[in-house]
Amino acid sequence: MVPITTLHYLVVAAALFVLGVIGVLTRRNVVIVLMSIELILNAVNLNLVAFSRMWGNLHGQLFAIFIVVDAAAEAAVGLGILIAFFRNRETINVDEIDLLKW
Amino acid sequence: MFLNHIWLIPLFPAFGAAMMFFFGRRLQKATVSAVCVGVVVLAFLFACFTVVEYTRFAQGTGRPFEKIVYTWLGSGDAHLSFVKKDGTPAQFNADAGFLLDPLSSIWLLFVTGVGMLIHIYSVGYMAHEGGYYRFFGYMNLFMFSMLTLVLANNYMLLFVGWEGVGLCSYLLIGFYFHRKSANDAANKAFIVNRIGDAGFILGALTLSWYLGSFRFTDINALARSGHFAIGDPVLTVAALLLFVGACGKSAQLPLYVWLPDAMEGPTPVSALIHAATMVTAGVYMVARSNAVFVLAPTAMKTVAIVGALTAVFAASIGLVQNDIKRVLAYSTVSQLGYMFLALGVGAFAAGVFHVFTHAFFKALLFLGSGSVIHALSGEQDMRNMGDLRGRIPTTFKTMFIATLAIAGIPPLAGFFSKDEILWRAWRSAGGSFPYLWLIGFGTALMTAFYMARLIFLTFYGQPRMSHEVEHHIHESPKSMTGPLVVLATCSVCAGWLGVPASLGGTNAFGKFLEPVFAREAVATAAFAPAEPQEPAGEEHRGLEWGLMLLSVGAAVVGGGWAYGHYAKAGKEYPEPIAVKAPPLYTVLYNKWFVDEAYDYVFTGRRKIGDVRLGAMGAGEASSWFDARIIDGAVNDAGWVTRAVATLSTWWDKWIIDGVGVNGPAILARMISYPTRLFEWGLVQWYALVMVAGLLGFGVYYVWK
Repeated sequence: MVPITTLHYLVVAAALFVLGVIGVLTRRNVVIVLMSIELILNAVNLNLVAFSRMWGNLHGQLFAIFIVVDAAAEAAVGLGILIAFFRNRETINVDEIDLLKW
Repeated sequence: MFLNHIWLIPLFPAFGAAMMFFFGRRLQKATVSAVCVGVVVLAFLFACFTVVEYTRFAQGTGRPFEKIVYTWLGSGDAHLSFVKKDGTPAQFNADAGFLLDPLSSIWLLFVTGVGMLIHIYSVGYMAHEGGYYRFFGYMNLFMFSMLTLVLANNYMLLFVGWEGVGLCSYLLIGFYFHRKSANDAANKAFIVNRIGDAGFILGALTLSWYLGSFRFTDINALARSGHFAIGDPVLTVAALLLFVGACGKSAQLPLYVWLPDAMEGPTPVSALIHAATMVTAGVYMVARSNAVFVLAPTAMKTVAIVGALTAVFAASIGLVQNDIKRVLAYSTVSQLGYMFLALGVGAFAAGVFHVFTHAFFKALLFLGSGSVIHALSGEQDMRNMGDLRGRIPTTFKTMFIATLAIAGIPPLAGFFSKDEILWRAWRSAGGSFPYLWLIGFGTALMTAFYMARLIFLTFYGQPRMSHEVEHHIHESPKSMTGPLVVLATCSVCAGWLGVPASLGGTNAFGKFLEPVFAREAVATAAFAPAEPQEPAGEEHRGLEWGLMLLSVGAAVVGGGWAYGHYAKAGKEYPEPIAVKAPPLYTVLYNKWFVDEAYDYVFTGRRKIGDVRLGAMGAGEASSWFDARIIDGAVNDAGWVTRAVATLSTWWDKWIIDGVGVNGPAILARMISYPTRLFEWGLVQWYALVMVAGLLGFGVYYVWK
């Protein structure tokens, strides 16, 4: 049985990150975009935890917990904006949200 | 006491005029008469006392009395072209000041005296007329103005009176304002007088500017001081300008045309304003400026020649007129010509004497003619009169006396004054103009003829009026005949004040005036030194008597000629001049076509061919100028503005807006297209850019 090394974790995290980025860039539904952002954040978490294990201290894990909290806050704010936006425009398609340029 | 309150004299009639102005409409006729006649009577009495007191004040020296009530127009020190002898600076102050000297005393007395009589007469004459209070208000205003004119001590205040009498003349000529002819005549009088007034004010200002004062006493003293040479050009110009003013006011050639038309006014007005008083204002003013005139021989000659020509010219027209008042109007112009002839030859006292006597007999003639017109229910045409002597005897007798007086039959007033003028013209040192005497002599002949014609046509012959009019003939009331009788007495006696030395008289009138004209004799002698000053020599006495006889003969011949032709005038009587020389009659009857000529030349009411001259011509020319040149220029300026505006619009639209404003905008928009790609507004695009950037950095750092 091949021992699971840091490299394995990094590969998985990179795959998760790419999936998340692809989701953010390609999906039209804001909910799914937000979910893809969670994927990206979790990929980062996985990296932090993997390096924490590699170095044998808890700094990375501490950061990972911060990011989980941050992700929860971000999801709450993002969904709040989403609901307010839906009330105005009756859509949550991200390609119709193009007023940011003004 | 009276002398110090001399300023009250003009204020009496001014009070009457003010009363009529404010309350006249509400007053009874009797009240109006009482107030208006009363104030003039008061003024007359006051004037008499004042003059009596003045003679005591002057005690034969003729020292003028001057009373300055207040400074009316003040100025500081004025710059003068020379330093006055006493070194004082000139001050152009016009005071409300009054000057009483022999000259103004005479005017004061006969203006108030004759004015009073005519006011009394008017009570009867105007009794049945509308606008009674208006008439008397104007008359009182006239008296006020005339007294201001006569008593003023400077040219400015005199000018106030001068314009005031002009205004009253206008108002009273146009008294019957519903008649167009009256309005036209009033306008004519006013406008013609304006021409003269312009001359007067220019002359007075020139004189005052040159001599440094408005006051007569200053000006006369300076003119007599020897400071100025005889023939001084500025003084000559000033004197000529003053004479232009006199020509307007006193109806001399060529400005006499308004006076005959002024007969449109009520007859008492003709008597007071256009015969006795106002028209002599010009004579007064020239006599008042005598010190200046004697320094200007050219002006003196002009005055003499214009006067003589006016005398004969107006008399010739008077020969054939049929309107009784018009005959008298031309007679007035003619007699005024005599007065100016006298002034012009340096016989100021004689001229003033004629003014004095003329005031009585001409006022009497006008009032008499008014009485005739009154008796004939308004008829003025002598062709419709005749045989009135028995029906209105008082009028007839008094008018007959006046006719004798004006014709120069001794010992009535006109004889002395007219002969004095003729004699002085014959001997005039100033001009040596015996031909002026000849003109005056001819005028005397004509005067006798037209006056006798008037009397015979009116009072003799057969009645030519309609039966209705004839039925109504009545002698005028006492208020009218009374003044006639008083004036007739004066017409007989006034001349006795000036009986010349050659007839054993003392010429008291001339002596009284001597202080005013003191330098006259000396100055006239200056440019004809060979002539002795006073015609005292025995050798002249015969000549003087001869000339007197000649002029009396002329009067008798003229009167006799008229008697022969008119005394038995029936329904259709022939005019002797028309019989003997029809073209001459036409010319005279149409007044030498002067009005027509003025219409061609000055007013422009008539065209010469297609050309219009005169005032209306000037109006048309300026109208054309306005329409074509001014408006053309305006329109051209508008066109230019529009063209510029069009150009400017094009420039603004295409160059400023197009290139200047929109150009950068278009440029900015073009630049903005690529830039905008980064700021599309799509979240995912931003994310993609970020990822691309990250990848870019990653690739860069990995393969560096």
